[in-house]
Order: sequence, then C-alpha cells, then structure tokens
Amino acid sequence: MKAQHTSKSAAKLPSDAAQVLTIIKYFFLDYFRSRRFFVLLLITIAVGLLITGVVGYYRPQSFLSSDLAFLSNFWGEWVSFVIVLSAVFFGGDAISSEFQNKTGYFLVGNPIRRSTIYIGKYIAALLGSIIILLVFTAITVGNSTYYFGFGVPYEFFESFLFSIVYIISVMGLAFLFSSLFKSNSVAIIVTVILMLFVFSLIETLVANLVVTEPWFVLTYGSEIIRNILISPYPPAHTSSAHGVPFSIATYNASVPEGLIIMLAYFVVSFIAGLTIFERKEFT
Amino acid sequence: MADMAEPSVQAIDLTKRYGQFTALSKLNLKIEGSKCVGFLGPNGAGKTTTLKIFTDMIRPSEGKALINGIDVHRQKKKALENCGALIETPEIYPSLTAKEALIMIAEIKGIPRKKREREAESALSRVKMRAWADKTVGKFSKGMKQRINVAAALLGDPEVILLDEPTSGLDPRGMSEVRDIIKNLKRENKLIFLSSHLLNEVSEICDEVAMINHGKLLAYGKIEDIVKKFSKESTNIVEVSFSRPLANSVLHKIRGINGVSKVERSGQTDLNINVKGGIPGQEKLLSRLVSMKCGVIGFKPASSALEETYLNLFKEVT
Repeated sequence: MKAQHTSKSAAKLPSDAAQVLTIIKYFFLDYFRSRRFFVLLLITIAVGLLITGVVGYYRPQSFLSSDLAFLSNFWGEWVSFVIVLSAVFFGGDAISSEFQNKTGYFLVGNPIRRSTIYIGKYIAALLGSIIILLVFTAITVGNSTYYFGFGVPYEFFESFLFSIVYIISVMGLAFLFSSLFKSNSVAIIVTVILMLFVFSLIETLVANLVVTEPWFVLTYGSEIIRNILISPYPPAHTSSAHGVPFSIATYNASVPEGLIIMLAYFVVSFIAGLTIFERKEFT
Repeated sequence: MADMAEPSVQAIDLTKRYGQFTALSKLNLKIEGSKCVGFLGPNGAGKTTTLKIFTDMIRPSEGKALINGIDVHRQKKKALENCGALIETPEIYPSLTAKEALIMIAEIKGIPRKKREREAESALSRVKMRAWADKTVGKFSKGMKQRINVAAALLGDPEVILLDEPTSGLDPRGMSEVRDIIKNLKRENKLIFLSSHLLNEVSEICDEVAMINHGKLLAYGKIEDIVKKFSKESTNIVEVSFSRPLANSVLHKIRGINGVSKVERSGQTDLNINVKGGIPGQEKLLSRLVSMKCGVIGFKPASSALEETYLNLFKEVT
C-alpha cells in the first residue's frame, strides 16, 4: 500500500472561504492602488461635474420639474455608463491578465483552487466598482439636495439597489469575456462593444423590426434603474406611429422582469466564466 | 506509517497532447527522499510541461502526477499543501509591495497570522531583497521579481520544491545566491526537483539527474552513474593557458604527447588541446606539460563530464 506523506509543517491550510477573503483583500488593495482606479475615479467625477455644470447653467425644465424627474435624468441616464465603465476597468482583463501578464504563475501553483481565485477576484472587482458607484451617487445626491432640499425619494434607493444588481451582472459578463480570451485588449474591447453598442442595437432591432419584447437583452433589464424613477412607471409596451408601415415600438421591463434578466445574466456568465477559467491551461 | 513516508514526486504514465503534438509521452518517474534532482533536456523536451502538470497549471491528457502520493489534478489543494513551486518567471501583482505579495502567499499557505510577517521578511532576507520589502513590485526589474518568486516558493518551509529554471533572469551574482539557497535547502531534508539548461548549475547543486527528450524519460539516476553509463571514452577538450607565447617547436612537442589528437591556438598564449583517455588522460597531459617547463599557468576542461554526457545522449537520440 502506498504511504501518503503527512505534512510536518505547523501550517494548516485555510478553508476555501478564508482563502477567498485573502484574495479579496489583496486584489482590492491591488485595484485600489492602481492607476486605472484613479483614472476611473477622475472620469466619474468629470462626468458628474459636467452634468452638474450643464444643469446649473441651462436649468432644463426636464431636470428641474420634480425631484424624481431630476434623478431620472441625472442618475437614470448616466449611471449605466458609469457601471459599464467600472466593469470594463476592473473586470475586463481580470482573468486574461493572469495568462497574458503571467501573474497567474505566481498564484495558481499554490495550494488554492482556481474557483477561489476567480470568486475572490470577482468580489474585489465588484467592491472597486461599488466605490466608484458611491462617488457618482454622492454627486447625484449632492445635486438633488441643492435643488430640492434634503432627502431623496425612496424610489432612488430602489434604483440604487437595482444598479448594484446591474454591476453584479455586468461584472459577471466582463469576467466571462476575460476568461474566454487570453489577450487583455481583446477581452476589454469585446466587453465595451457588447455593453455599449451591441446590446442596445439588438434591443432596438428586436423591438422595432421583430416587434418582440427584447427580454433576453441585459441592457433591457437594466432599464428598471431609470424606469423606477419615472412616475407613473412606464407601460410594458407602447407604439408610436410614424406613418405606415413604420412605427417605433417601446418595451419596458417590469421590476421583477428586469431583476430576473440581470440575475440570469449573472448566474449564466459567472458559471460559464468560472468553468472556462477552471479548464484553461497556462501554456 | 504515513508519517514516516518521505517526500515524493511521482509521474505515472504522464502524457500531454496538444492536438497531434505529444509534449509528454507516458512519463514514469519516481523521486523520493531528501535530495536535489536536476531535470534536463533540450528546448521543447517536456520539462516545463511536466512541472506545470505537477502544479495544476495544465491538465494531463493521461496518467497521474502525484506529490507525496496525492494526485495533483484531483486534489490540488492537498497535494500542494507542502509544496513550493516556481514555474517560468511569474509576474507579481504590480501594486502590491514585495512583503504584501509574500504575505498573501503565506496566508494562502496557511501560515499562522503571527508568523506571516516574520516569515515574509525572513524569505526576503534570504533572497537579499529585505531592503525592498515595502516597495511596490511594479517598479522591480525582472531579476528582482525572480528573487521574490524564489522567496514565495520557499514560504511555509515546504518539503517538496519544484523549480523551473530558477536562475532565469538573474545576474551572475543573483544566480550564485540562488544556487547557495538551493544548496542550503538540501541540508534541510527537502526534495528539490529543478529543471535547468545550465549543466554546470545542475552538476554543482544536484545529486541526481533525470534526462528527458521528446516527452520521454531517457535516463534517471545519480549524476556519477549517468555519466559513467552514457559518456563515451571519447576525446576531451582542455583549455591550457601559458605565461608566454609558444614557439612552433613547443607546439610540435605537445602534438607528440601520447593521447593528444589535436592542438589549436585559441589566443597568443592559449591552446585548445584534444586529449583521449578521460580524467587519467588529462592528468597525464598536465603532468607532461609541467615537465616541459613551457610556462603552464592554466589548465581547464572545456566541458564538464555531465555536459559531455548530455551532448552524447542527446546527439544519439535526436
């Protein structure tokens, strides 16, 4: 019978959960100190200040008619951009860099599961994105307070929670593409193009050409972030005629539908990304 | 009893295929005990592939890689529990300091909280990087990063250490320091499995060698046994230096020495002499040159016994 060696070392291997916490701690530190974090922070502040300046200078009625209208236009229109940018900055090359930059060689040869590394990195990237989101939230609330006094409507809290769910799903997708490609730039470019252009294009085409609800598009589900700030909540389907035979159809996901779409994207992309990372070889 | 077992690294029918290309073909190798084993072979022989399978960086197509009797692919965490590895030249997360990077690995390896910082500092001192402990790794040169990688592999006092060309990227001083570290580790009851292209390095620090080519193990054993088995009774080249330029008549006399087959000038005062008869032949040549009083001040074999064995072996199989 083969004798298995028993460790003489006093060190006892930590549980997977404890190792996840270790990965979160050091990767968050790595993200937080990185130049890209400060670039993203500057972009977010610049976007916030730009909208603040435009609203302050032009005082558009669409913004200043009510607190909900203000939040819908200020937050609802721009937060998705901030979220996608954060996911690209933190998640776009999170896994591909382990291969392309060879950082994986430092970590993977240790007594740690790849799933632990993936989950830890995902949560660290999520925390980094949430900090950026909080900065944009602070700018939004600051503006709202300036125009409408202290206190924001409860719909804003709901919208904030939905935006957290959106970050979770977009980050899952960014990690999936990052696992799929070994090149950092390819992973980042694919995520950007998909999130900023392809999804919107598919949504528009499906709604107008096929006249079908685009329930399978992530950005469609994420529209609940803005829609919850519109009173009353927009109807599920509207169609405005622009002459026969052309008309513009608009679909709006209900809150449960939007949440299900976003969570479904997260579950599928997270499992797929993790499976790919588990199987990918450091060749 | 399980506790009595010695550290071991074992490949059982280990095979790795990439499409039609077979990088590793039914490799069977068992190394156990406290020793340093050099893993030699030309580029593309399958050395790094083997070490990557042992650290779960790639999966075997067939066969098993066992560390201390545990299958790395099936139970990676347990198999690598008491193993330190350095594969290729890893990059380290650039915004972490050298100490933070090592403490992260120490945490992963389960070194108790109270000991982590001390162990990280001790590992940094060992690779002469203590002064850089609090600097971010992104600013380090390749050689400095490789020292940190060596330090990371030694954290937790592992009993099995897998090193893939550990002196790669280091300056001559760094190479010498890493060799000294490995020599010291040998005294600490460790099993070190080291791949290298540097035959002098392997001769200097290893007790045994495993030679591989085209993914197949060609030889494994103690260096002296392998040398005896595979080196031919062929000609050795020795580099001889003289204190003054040699006259042609002296050169003629040297050519006439028994066993000398060829004499070539390699400089004004240097010769390359081909001599038969192995070590005894070289001894006789030196003795004869000294007795000729022609001003011999240097006498050095151009290649080591292991190098000649390596060249013979790989010339035969390729």
